[in-house]
Amino acid sequence: MAEAHPVGFQWVMEAKKRGATVIHVDPRFTRTSALADVYVSLRAGSDIAFLGGLVNYVLENELDFREYVVAYTNAAAILREDYQGPDDLDGLFSGYDPDGRHYDSTTWQYEGADTPSPGSGEMTETEPAQGAGGDPSASRVGGAAGRAASYGDTHGSGGAAITGKPRRDETLQHPRCVYQVIKRHFARYTPEVVSQVCGVPEDQFLRVAREMTENSGRERTTALCYAVGWTHHSVGAQYIRTAAILQALLGNIGRPGGGILALRGHASIQGSTDIPTLFNLLPGYIPMPHANAHPDLESLVGDEEKQAGFWGNMRSYVVSLLKSWYGDAATADNDFCYGWLPRLTGNHGTYQTVADMADGKVKGYFLVGENPAVGSANAKMQRRGLASLDWLVVRDLVMIESATFWREAPEIETGEMRTEDIATEVFVLPAAAHTEKDGTFTNTQRLLQWHHKAVEPPDDARSDLWFYFHLGRRIREKLAGSTDERDAPLLNLTWDYPTDGPTADPSADAVLREINGTGPDGSALSAYTELKADGSTRSGCWIYCGVYADEANQAARRKPGQEQTWVAPEWGWAWPANRRMLYNRAAADRDGNPWSERKRYVWWDAKAGKWTGEDVPDFIPDRDPHYVPPESATGPDAIAGDDPFVMQTDGKAWLFAPQGVADGPLPTHYEPPESPVANPLYRQQQNPAREVYPRRDNLLHPSGAQPGSEVFPYVFTTYRVTEHHTAGGMSRTLPYLSELQPELFVEISPALADERKLQHLGWATVVTARTAIEARVLVTDRMRPLTVDGRTVHQVGIPWHWGPGGLSRGDAANDLVAVALDPNVHIQDKVGSCDIRPGRRPRGPALLEYVEEYRRRAGITELTGTEGVTP
Amino acid sequence: MSQASTGNRLSGPLHDVAGEAGHEHHPPRMGFFTDTSVCIGCKACEVACKEWNAVPEDGLSLSGMSYDNTVSLGASTWRHVAFIEQIGHGPPATEPFAADGAPAETAEPANPGDIRWLMSSDVCKHCTHAACLDVCPTGSLFRTEFGTVVVQDDICNGCGYCVPACPYGVIDIRPGDGRAFKCTLCYDRLGAGLEPACAKACPTQSIQFGELDELRERAADRVEALHAAGRPEARLYGESPDDGVGGDGAFFLLLDEPEVYGLPPDPVVTTRDLGAMWRHAAAAAGTMVVAVGAAFLTSRGRRR
Repeated sequence: MAEAHPVGFQWVMEAKKRGATVIHVDPRFTRTSALADVYVSLRAGSDIAFLGGLVNYVLENELDFREYVVAYTNAAAILREDYQGPDDLDGLFSGYDPDGRHYDSTTWQYEGADTPSPGSGEMTETEPAQGAGGDPSASRVGGAAGRAASYGDTHGSGGAAITGKPRRDETLQHPRCVYQVIKRHFARYTPEVVSQVCGVPEDQFLRVAREMTENSGRERTTALCYAVGWTHHSVGAQYIRTAAILQALLGNIGRPGGGILALRGHASIQGSTDIPTLFNLLPGYIPMPHANAHPDLESLVGDEEKQAGFWGNMRSYVVSLLKSWYGDAATADNDFCYGWLPRLTGNHGTYQTVADMADGKVKGYFLVGENPAVGSANAKMQRRGLASLDWLVVRDLVMIESATFWREAPEIETGEMRTEDIATEVFVLPAAAHTEKDGTFTNTQRLLQWHHKAVEPPDDARSDLWFYFHLGRRIREKLAGSTDERDAPLLNLTWDYPTDGPTADPSADAVLREINGTGPDGSALSAYTELKADGSTRSGCWIYCGVYADEANQAARRKPGQEQTWVAPEWGWAWPANRRMLYNRAAADRDGNPWSERKRYVWWDAKAGKWTGEDVPDFIPDRDPHYVPPESATGPDAIAGDDPFVMQTDGKAWLFAPQGVADGPLPTHYEPPESPVANPLYRQQQNPAREVYPRRDNLLHPSGAQPGSEVFPYVFTTYRVTEHHTAGGMSRTLPYLSELQPELFVEISPALADERKLQHLGWATVVTARTAIEARVLVTDRMRPLTVDGRTVHQVGIPWHWGPGGLSRGDAANDLVAVALDPNVHIQDKVGSCDIRPGRRPRGPALLEYVEEYRRRAGITELTGTEGVTP
Repeated sequence: MSQASTGNRLSGPLHDVAGEAGHEHHPPRMGFFTDTSVCIGCKACEVACKEWNAVPEDGLSLSGMSYDNTVSLGASTWRHVAFIEQIGHGPPATEPFAADGAPAETAEPANPGDIRWLMSSDVCKHCTHAACLDVCPTGSLFRTEFGTVVVQDDICNGCGYCVPACPYGVIDIRPGDGRAFKCTLCYDRLGAGLEPACAKACPTQSIQFGELDELRERAADRVEALHAAGRPEARLYGESPDDGVGGDGAFFLLLDEPEVYGLPPDPVVTTRDLGAMWRHAAAAAGTMVVAVGAAFLTSRGRRR
């Protein structure tokens, strides 16, 4: 966190000053470790085993916050008889389809629950698999538009829907209640096993376990913070699930000082998922409709309306969105122009799109503040994709490698690409920096903070708002008068923003007000609960409704902290409803009283008959804590007085996920897609539901006990360092930052340096089946060999900021990283196996031969490492 | 240092450094307290300093000294973050409890394999007795009303006397320019009521700016708190008015010996003995005059 989020880390230091114990778990000793009270080095990619060990420690010693667990989690819910887990099935969960490589979640359900199973065919595949070479075993791979992907992609943020409340055993004794099931599931993760899998000494692990459990409960809470590297794994969503299970068991969710805090990777990445740049979401985490499953509005929202919780009002959110986009053209008679929304036909995630680009199926591409030629996994494949386009629009502050690939990609040097053969027409349109435009940042706390333009952008640089507004305006001018039906969605957009200044920059303030939404009289709404399904309200993003309450830009509030309460509700504006902590009903006990004086936050005021406290209560304001809804209730009406998790259909935190996770209802340890270590727990080596792309340009290594695995004996992991920003466009081009870390380096332990004869400050070549890169060597005691399953495992640390452009240059670490993805969110695994050798890499075509030799020795084919079930 | 009490203005404690320099109505002496125990090595200070003061980039080379590629203070580096990797200094790998939770018989010693990573942002010390200023022949270096020491680049003639005069090796001549540069403690910002750029940018309050007297109190409290928290290695550096430079305007809390951070353990203002040297020189000159005179008289006597 100190490495990637130094400014945010000031609050960790503040907590430390007040007596907090700071524990840092990371494969390498970083700036964060330097300031932590406890540092634990673990093997990259083994976090589920470590967290699972903590869960087991809690359950084994009955250290869970029992009252909280019984009341607010699904621990008491009883599961079906036919659920089976990795202990029963050698590493798989019940419901795995080996041909389709995906899970059917039917057996994961609550007993007697009437749950629609999205895997059961409501989404039909519309496109054949796009794996290599038409191999039959690749039928569910190649990121095909599979059901597994689609169904995860159509949940939005509401998670999966389940109808009806489960049968419960609040004594937690029923052998099939969630509590007992997870207890059995995690029993495997003993301290010995944690040590065996992660390479963490048992006493170190036990210290962390004691620190965490002693600091959780009625009087105390523990927070888990992670930078997004935690999610960059083929089991990334399950990492976070494990953390969530642990925190829910310890009562650390919805309470001050608790939580799981995702430190997002860029300024306003939170904002770019709220108002998404993701293919599978509409604003406010409304699922993108699927072409086959959602022909009309009713089909998109109908099921949701039958559910308990605030997603029950989804129709209001979608109708208000459509009214915001299409204005008067959207009427009840035409389904509010629902038919004009784009549709999913499958996985359109970034890696699928890049593979399609490389295969010539994508003609044009917009890159906005993104440098995939350096910053995305298998950057070589990314560059191939870019080189196969007809046209490419790059919007960035500087000339980045993704705009100059046609002349400085490493493939030019190796002869794999020739500049004169690349037909991509590249348009670089300089962008304004955040200081050169008005707008908001939304941070990880969902806090919107307004920034004012300080200076005009230089030369031709323009804000993104300018770019899209005028692009839309010009396209609409060209289409004006068209009667072609396909032009109607564009021509009917509400596209009339006031502009300002010599460049006619659209008013960001007006856009924020539009996002907030307006009522029938045209005045700004103040809360999403005012949104209506009848078309009388408009809102561009329902969760942001209220940011312009009272016709004022609430995000621009900057009342100093010392002039308000410690929750600081008048600094910026947090969605939803300016609520600073989600699920804060859980800060009070079942009766609505604070769990303790020390941790009081939101509580029930019985006299006034309402919830009150330090924050905006995340609950229906006047719902009595003892309220039990009638069986027939739906939506918010179905939320019981002790259901703090109001976005879940059963109101409870899910220790066990009966629905909605693509790769199992519980997390379990799998090795990364490539690993020199055989999974010590069971035969199943990797996540059986991971997405793989068996392509010539994305070859994977043999793992574990497979022959050829020894050719790539080391673990590599990629990461950031403080001095540079992501793919370097905003740092490697600046002299003051470049001089701080002037070139690419790899970090290795003295023991590995001895083993491979690597010299400090000398050159090393790091090799994978994708390609080889070179870097200077930093030999440091901050990297240590680990003892895993009885053998020594060396790790190679590689920061991923570098590329061939800018002032500070180097090979791109992402050239080494394979595309093998988490099936829930299609994110890559940043951990892999590699070899490392002293000296610089070969130049020109010799590099290709060098890498080919490694592939030959390891016996690699396109299918290597792509198996679903480990043979 | 015994000369301090004798009123020598070249060394020893000096209560009113700005007043001594001729500022009649001046603000309190301002300075830095750099608490290295909370430094996270982000180098924001280095960048903010260069940005604000338009100090040029001075080299893109990987040093191999941990994450320190700045290497040292210099004409184009007015803040420098040192990174020191140490083995065997880490906190105990295991807590001093037996597995059953009871206190162990003997607390485990620190694991020799454990590492400690020290980070420390160094800067011009703005000495009470600043030799650079004392030796400057042009008046380019001067004592400000805030008690800080500033070099004026429009007056500096690049003679370089100040360079060897500094006991810390801070001030230097910029190659290709010829003039001497160093930290101004953001004299321009102070004049406008702002704090220096580095302190402003520091996210963890490792760099604290303020009235020197107040900073000294704060630093003493911090040391006490660290000692109470079981960090006996915490100590102040450059804080004492009794040290060889009469105390630094920019002082530090360190977690190891100064040498570990590349700081001289016992810096002495290089002009401390200037008075004595002049006295000795005068005595020698006088002696010589007497001797020559005597010789002259003697020879005259002989001739006679």
